[in-house]
Amino acid sequence: MEFERIVFYVLSAILVFAATRVITVRNPVHAALHLVLAFFTCAGLWLLLEAEFLAFTLVLVYVGAVMVLFLFVVMMLDINVAEMREGFVRNLPVGLTVAGLMILELWLVMKNKAFDAAQMPEPPAHVAGYSNTREIGSVLYTDYVYPFEIASVILVVAIIAAIALTLRKRKASKRQDPAEQVKVRRQDRVRVIKMEAESRD
Amino acid sequence: MEESTLIDWIITGGWILIKILIIVIPLMLCVAYLTYAERKIIGYMQLRIGPNRVGPRGWLQPIADALKLMMKEIIIPAKSNNYLFVIAPTLVIAPALAAWAVVPFGEELVLADVDASLLYILALTSAGVYGVIIAGWASNSKYAFLSTMRSAAQIVSYEIAMGFALVGVLLAAGSINLGEIVMAQKGSLLHWFWLPLLPLFVIYFVSGVAETNRAPFDVAEGESEIVAGFHVEYSGMAFAVFFLAEYANMILIATLAALMFMGGWLSPFEGIPVLEPMFQWVPGLVWLIAKAAFFLFFFLWFRATFPRYRYDQIMRLGWKVFIPITIFWLAIEGAAVVADLGPWFD
Repeated sequence: MEFERIVFYVLSAILVFAATRVITVRNPVHAALHLVLAFFTCAGLWLLLEAEFLAFTLVLVYVGAVMVLFLFVVMMLDINVAEMREGFVRNLPVGLTVAGLMILELWLVMKNKAFDAAQMPEPPAHVAGYSNTREIGSVLYTDYVYPFEIASVILVVAIIAAIALTLRKRKASKRQDPAEQVKVRRQDRVRVIKMEAESRD
Repeated sequence: MEESTLIDWIITGGWILIKILIIVIPLMLCVAYLTYAERKIIGYMQLRIGPNRVGPRGWLQPIADALKLMMKEIIIPAKSNNYLFVIAPTLVIAPALAAWAVVPFGEELVLADVDASLLYILALTSAGVYGVIIAGWASNSKYAFLSTMRSAAQIVSYEIAMGFALVGVLLAAGSINLGEIVMAQKGSLLHWFWLPLLPLFVIYFVSGVAETNRAPFDVAEGESEIVAGFHVEYSGMAFAVFFLAEYANMILIATLAALMFMGGWLSPFEGIPVLEPMFQWVPGLVWLIAKAAFFLFFFLWFRATFPRYRYDQIMRLGWKVFIPITIFWLAIEGAAVVADLGPWFD
């Protein structure tokens, strides 16, 4: 067996394990951390496919930023695990329906002849000086420039909306404005008073 | 056939392991002596002598410290999350060391010449925050958790400014490979990117200080309010690992600053008539180490000079000052690249 194949199976095994743990583990913080592990191993698999830009971006964006915030929320919430398990039987039919639909969709895609491995052309060997990043950039900013720009505009709108929804002023908050504080000079705060010394009696 | 490939694997794997050791062992020595340098330099700045008991002039002090930490018991708090408590120091040190895999020490001297090496480093350093978060949470201590929240928010915020500064570098170099970024600065001292990217250079370095939780951005440690921050419950070697990671990260930031803005292993006398041949014999590695040491001195100098930032001031600096400046400079730089402004962008 070639080395790459062994790496692939090891990474896949870890990925499947981590993904399963995400939904089976009781502690929500452990679940989030297993999701991080899943992202990391997934990045490893992408590296095997020589998609290094995507792999590093996955780690940078999902592991480095998204999951950090996610973990934060999970850590701060006092999640009662027993309470969460109560509705298990009641929600089971809905869950099964969704799962069944997803399996059906996957099956429909999989059995499609167009996605068969035999139909796929052999990927061309990379020329010297091939850069995955450059390649993605040149496609993203030419052929797909409109979808790309629209996606970024939607993201910006979402960010602004999220901020606007959570922005509120509390009257009691003792917020300070560093800009104002930086501007303060000694004369504003300190007053030197000259006064005669008092006699002892 | 089958056997020969197995032997090949062992030889290649062993060779890579040896190369890793060649990088990691000097790095650990640097970390040890950086702590010594820190105590000495800050000592002199504060008119003290610093460590001077162990060995001549205190040179063996870091060794003694390491021995002491190794001998100490690792206490695991009773109500902590045992598994995560133990794994957290590993998660801090692993990215700090793994990032060195793609750092070039010379034109050919690099362990893994990854095409997107800058992205690799950015991705790994951003993953380093997990160790801090997990350490604080698993300790089950209020102080540790407070520090974790501060540290995570700080690292996430400054990563953005840092990322934008790096975008400026790769825009100027036209590559995200660190070796090619250095070669793009060839010419003379004035060709190095510190000059055209001066605001980004300053922001990168200050963000680097903030990312490593060093003074004046060390609210995560904040001795005066939260004792020692996220590693307050750690003792012995587990504590030492956090320390190792912090210093390894400092050296990494300093080396990266040298590589991206100060011409890496290029001689500072390039293009100067008499001096260039005079210093031709100096190997590039020496220049790189000298430049990294120059930046490391700043880390220590800052610590001895500036009072600690308040938390909201840190956030303001990161979000309202650094990020707008980087975006502004990126626009200017983009125009300069389009206009082929020499000698940097042609």
